[in-house]
Amino acid sequence: MSTLTPTPAGTAPGTPTRRPTLGSRTGILALTLLHARIILLETFRIPAALIGSLVFPGLSLLFFVVPQRAIADNPEFATQAVIALSVFALMSNSLFSFGLNIAANREQPWDPYLRTLPVPGVSRVLGQICSTGLMGLASILPVIAIGALFTAAEASVLGVLAGIVALGISALPFMFIGISIGYSMSSKAAIAVVQIVMFGLAFAGGLFLPPYLFADWLDTLSKFLPSRQAREFVIWAVQGGELEPWVWIGILAWTAATFALALLLFRRDEGRRYR
Amino acid sequence: MTVLARLDAVTRRFGEVLAVDDVTLDIHSGSILGLLGPNGAGKSTVLTMLQGLRRPSSGTVSLFGGSPGDYRTRQKLGCTPQETALPPTLRVGEVIDFVGRHFEHPLTTAAVADEFGLGEVLKRQTGALSGGQKRRLSVALAFVGQPRLVLLDEPTTGLDVDARRTLWDAVRRQHDRGATVVVTSHYLEEIEALAERVVVMAHGRVIADDTVSAVINQVSLRQVRLVTEHPDRVSGLPGVVARETGDDGATTFYATDSDRLIEELVRSGIPFAGLTVRGATLEEAFLTLTGATDAAASSTQIAQKEMHR
Repeated sequence: MSTLTPTPAGTAPGTPTRRPTLGSRTGILALTLLHARIILLETFRIPAALIGSLVFPGLSLLFFVVPQRAIADNPEFATQAVIALSVFALMSNSLFSFGLNIAANREQPWDPYLRTLPVPGVSRVLGQICSTGLMGLASILPVIAIGALFTAAEASVLGVLAGIVALGISALPFMFIGISIGYSMSSKAAIAVVQIVMFGLAFAGGLFLPPYLFADWLDTLSKFLPSRQAREFVIWAVQGGELEPWVWIGILAWTAATFALALLLFRRDEGRRYR
Repeated sequence: MTVLARLDAVTRRFGEVLAVDDVTLDIHSGSILGLLGPNGAGKSTVLTMLQGLRRPSSGTVSLFGGSPGDYRTRQKLGCTPQETALPPTLRVGEVIDFVGRHFEHPLTTAAVADEFGLGEVLKRQTGALSGGQKRRLSVALAFVGQPRLVLLDEPTTGLDVDARRTLWDAVRRQHDRGATVVVTSHYLEEIEALAERVVVMAHGRVIADDTVSAVINQVSLRQVRLVTEHPDRVSGLPGVVARETGDDGATTFYATDSDRLIEELVRSGIPFAGLTVRGATLEEAFLTLTGATDAAASSTQIAQKEMHR
């Protein structure tokens, strides 16, 4: 039998992983990265689950936008299509990763075990957001690449960076909707509800079809949806122009409302779980 | 001996149900403490309050002098997940490594694997492990962080005899290296194999707190059931600690030594019929013993307990 000696590294042989260098060994930052990493590791172990979130937005661009040369060859429309599908990519990642992970965790006794470990709740939440953000970033890369190669879409480097920041901001309501779904239903129900919400928001928000093709009533309805607001917000960030008040007021309102709902459901769940 | 954890007049309700009822308990360093009691006695609720997962309805729970709800307090605490809860797609080595990274001074993954016999399966996904291997991994996770206090909730329920003994050996070795262990069980055998001090719980209350041998002497009661016209005379025989009259006219006597009681019964010439003898469950034994000074009171207690079922 080997002697049990503590090692500062505590690394498994055969799993060479770099220790986070910022903050102390068990600091909030290190633990956030640790949890983000384990969530990504778990996600990548089921490759089929990646297809929906990583490949689908890129494929949509390739099949629905690239062949339509009227859009693909028009720099303004092509750029908007790329942006719309980037919003879709981030939205589906946020809804799926929060909705399904939380719903599944509530059914698994692994989650209460994690809460006995010396890790602050903020590290676990940030870890989830980081991993979702990374997945979202990974899913828009093919969209941007296909857009750059096969369409007339164009944006300055600064515009792309501003667009990514705007994407991150406008994804907040989707994360909170995902959290709310996760805390309000079983994982089987969550899969169905996430898909309905995702496609409903994507279509009515002008992420699949541009809003100028919408009937007037749909266009009006669309402006109340976070997906449409996110689309316009990112287009503004990338292409400039005027930001209409309903866009940013809408994003703020949706963020506040969905955050309140997520918080309410989170607290209710604590009560329920502890009964 | 320092006090690692303390429950002070702790009560925990779940709606109408009183899961833990005014429990006061000190957990001293250096021992293995067995928390024994039937299902629903409140053992797991006590553990989850020590883990910071639940707060007491009243009273205070302290861990290493702090609050178990603060994650920094839990740096020296080791707990086990339910073995069905292990993330099925992660490899054994990854799970051990992941847990270790939460602690200041973890054991190496190799050392943990070696100690709990998981060296062969480090590369395997936990979903592919056998029940016994999953259980060993779950228990091993409690020791990864070199904790001062380890809480094990029913660590060997459902395991076969060999797997159980292997796990007990590993727990004892960890204890010898300085970990204080609290183990809950509804098996007297498990507590006997591991613990030095036993706290017995029933219906949310601590009903005994003593050394293992003292408790074993108390709980090894037998039930002698028979029909007789003279239950008072049987009660007077040596070794009878309590009795209970059933609806069907039969009377159940609780005795420390059933063989001797039957010998005495036959010798006394008291007429009886329908004799059966069986071991009393821990719950029966304890409920009987708590009222042993007054047989009638104990009968009522048991009758009440039967009604609750």
